Amino acid sequence: MENNLLVTSSPHLRSKDTTARIMMDVVIALLPAAVSGVYFYGARTILVILTTILAAVASEAITCKILKKDLTINDFSAVVTGMLLALNLPPTIPLWIAAVGAALAIILVKELFGGLGQNFMNPALTARVILLISWPVQMTNWILPDTVSSATPDAISSATPLSLLKGEGNVGSAMPGYLELFMSKIGGCIGETSVLAILIGAAYLVYRRVISLETPLTFIGSLALFTWIFGGETLFTGDFMYHILSGGLMLGAFFMATDYTTSPVTFKGRVIMGIGCGLLTGIIRLYTNYPEGVSFAILLMNIATPLIDRYTIPSSFGGEKKVA
Amino acid sequence: MFGNRFKGGAAVPHNKNTASCKTLKMGVPEKVFIPMLQHIGAPCIPVVNKGDYVKVGQLIGTSDKFVSSPVHSSVSGVVSDISPRIYPGGTNVLTVEIKTDGKQEVHESVAPPRYSNKKEFLELIRQSGLVGLGGAGFPTHVKLSPPPEKTIDTLVINGAECEPFITSDFRGIIENPESVINGIRILIDILGVKHVWIGIEDNKPEAINLLSGLIEGDSIIKVAKLKSRYPQGAEKMLIYSVTGRKVPAGKLPADVGVIVLNVNSVSFISEYLKTGMPLIKRTVTVDGSAVKNPSNVEVLIGTPLEDVFNFTGGFKSEPHKILMGGPMMGIAQFSMQAPVLKHTNALLAFDESDAEIPTESQCIRCGRCVKACPMNLLPLFLNFNVLRGNLDELQKYHITDCIECGSCSYVCPAKRHLVQSIRLGKAQLRQAAAKGGK
Repeated sequence: MENNLLVTSSPHLRSKDTTARIMMDVVIALLPAAVSGVYFYGARTILVILTTILAAVASEAITCKILKKDLTINDFSAVVTGMLLALNLPPTIPLWIAAVGAALAIILVKELFGGLGQNFMNPALTARVILLISWPVQMTNWILPDTVSSATPDAISSATPLSLLKGEGNVGSAMPGYLELFMSKIGGCIGETSVLAILIGAAYLVYRRVISLETPLTFIGSLALFTWIFGGETLFTGDFMYHILSGGLMLGAFFMATDYTTSPVTFKGRVIMGIGCGLLTGIIRLYTNYPEGVSFAILLMNIATPLIDRYTIPSSFGGEKKVA
Repeated sequence: MFGNRFKGGAAVPHNKNTASCKTLKMGVPEKVFIPMLQHIGAPCIPVVNKGDYVKVGQLIGTSDKFVSSPVHSSVSGVVSDISPRIYPGGTNVLTVEIKTDGKQEVHESVAPPRYSNKKEFLELIRQSGLVGLGGAGFPTHVKLSPPPEKTIDTLVINGAECEPFITSDFRGIIENPESVINGIRILIDILGVKHVWIGIEDNKPEAINLLSGLIEGDSIIKVAKLKSRYPQGAEKMLIYSVTGRKVPAGKLPADVGVIVLNVNSVSFISEYLKTGMPLIKRTVTVDGSAVKNPSNVEVLIGTPLEDVFNFTGGFKSEPHKILMGGPMMGIAQFSMQAPVLKHTNALLAFDESDAEIPTESQCIRCGRCVKACPMNLLPLFLNFNVLRGNLDELQKYHITDCIECGSCSYVCPAKRHLVQSIRLGKAQLRQAAAKGGK
């Protein structure tokens, strides 16, 4: 019989979207935050970003080779991890620490657990926390944007707004206002501090339908509510705007808590994820010795994700009522 | 306007290239191959023998089972063989092969039928060999005979035609609008329904306007303009879009007081009652990237696919995939000798680049399949559990509710074969149940 015919199972039509395209969108969405980091903290941040990206991609290529897996760097997911990590590092970070972080993120957190889609914690965030515990001094060496122009920016340390809030700052450090927070005129990680730049990137991701808003909004909303109620001298007097605009919340809420692999897949699950992240962040910020809790909160919820998925299996269409 | 009330679905391309192609009548092929199974249900047993002379409309196979539908000769000629032959579904089915004589002599039994009550009407529908012409091929007389305790108040006519490429329902409406309406009026009398909705996607305004004009002022029949969103024409989605009723899991439309029929099925009922000619031909959309002249063709049932393609002018490039049905749910064919069936609504041929299915990569858990599933399932977890053989888990994720519409596979950025694995899982569950039952 004639037979050049390919027989496959339906559907025979697929959309044009690919994993690589999604990852590319995330890279594009991170550019405003990266650019703002370079603008506020100096050209050295470009080196940090390039170091983590290169280290992440190289680590993935080497691991794939050693584990005899198909080379997966073409999906750009390692680029995303490298970039996210860089944006979560202080501008003064020694480059070798940045490189170690990227390698840990890819090898330890992602590839050893099965690669893309299989890791149970966000690689960039986990690496950041490992670095924070291993090199606490280098990982909390902040600079203010205004000092960049002076000769030796690395020498001048400053406090982040959240540590100021905890009374840890140098005597005389003034608390920045909301506008300074919004525009990144504060000390902090490379890509965390400009709320405006992060929101531009997030808007792009929403427009491209890469992320949906249920997790970010419930995350921010529940943190606001929690810090408003419990963050002040008395109940319901907390400065929640301050909590929203500072620290790693915006980057965490829009780019980390929405990480596909480590967050729930259903609407309900994603709302639980957001609320959990918000409450945990609030608790850590208000009641522990750490000034910032976004990373820990997201990682804890990452670990809870399989459980959330398990308990949020929706009823099927028409299966809502128990059929006898 | 009826909103897209069902959740999810996919924004598939429409590709209705043949919407303006008037249905061409194809002549009599040299041979026809008429399978004894062209419906959901029990196969028919041939009532003719090799060497018999048969005429158009003559009964050639029937069954005494209720859920079955008789088959008739679509040509006049001599029965040249009765043996199992390749079937579009991929299996072998007993098939009556008829060498045609081109005279198309009509059989004596073909005469305008008479009926005086519902029972006789249903028997006529059974004898007509009518099955759902939309693609599933469920015997129509069974659909029209719900258990007496179930009150049917609504008839939904499916003209959604949400699959890309296919325009055979659309052409049916445009070319025979009176037959559609007349068929509906007959069914209103028989079924005593209070509401009739003709559901059509809003990418076919011509059909909507035409039918709306014909039923102006009618208190029972209404046209429901539906959002063009795949799978709008899936029975459960359509019922929900039009009536707001949800067919419970594992139940039938009759459980919510609804019967759904395809527009061309209704049209056929009207024609059959006029002429008595059973179901021996149908309109098929011929399209796809390898087809030279996309067309709509009226084809005698049993005509080999190759003859249909040749009639339209053949291929412009070598076909690498032939589909019976649409690209979302159609069945890929492994032979051009397979015959056109009663429920073949389209024949699509694709060139090499369109035939390829992209390679799978790791699931990134983006959740797009979850958003796309109109049945509110979690395709990624079904896929995961099927691949790991966790049959127990599949029930927990409601695998049997999957309608295999393909929306999840369509949207998946990792190009995972989600529906394929779900089919596999269903088959494994059936096997396990069969073993357990022994």
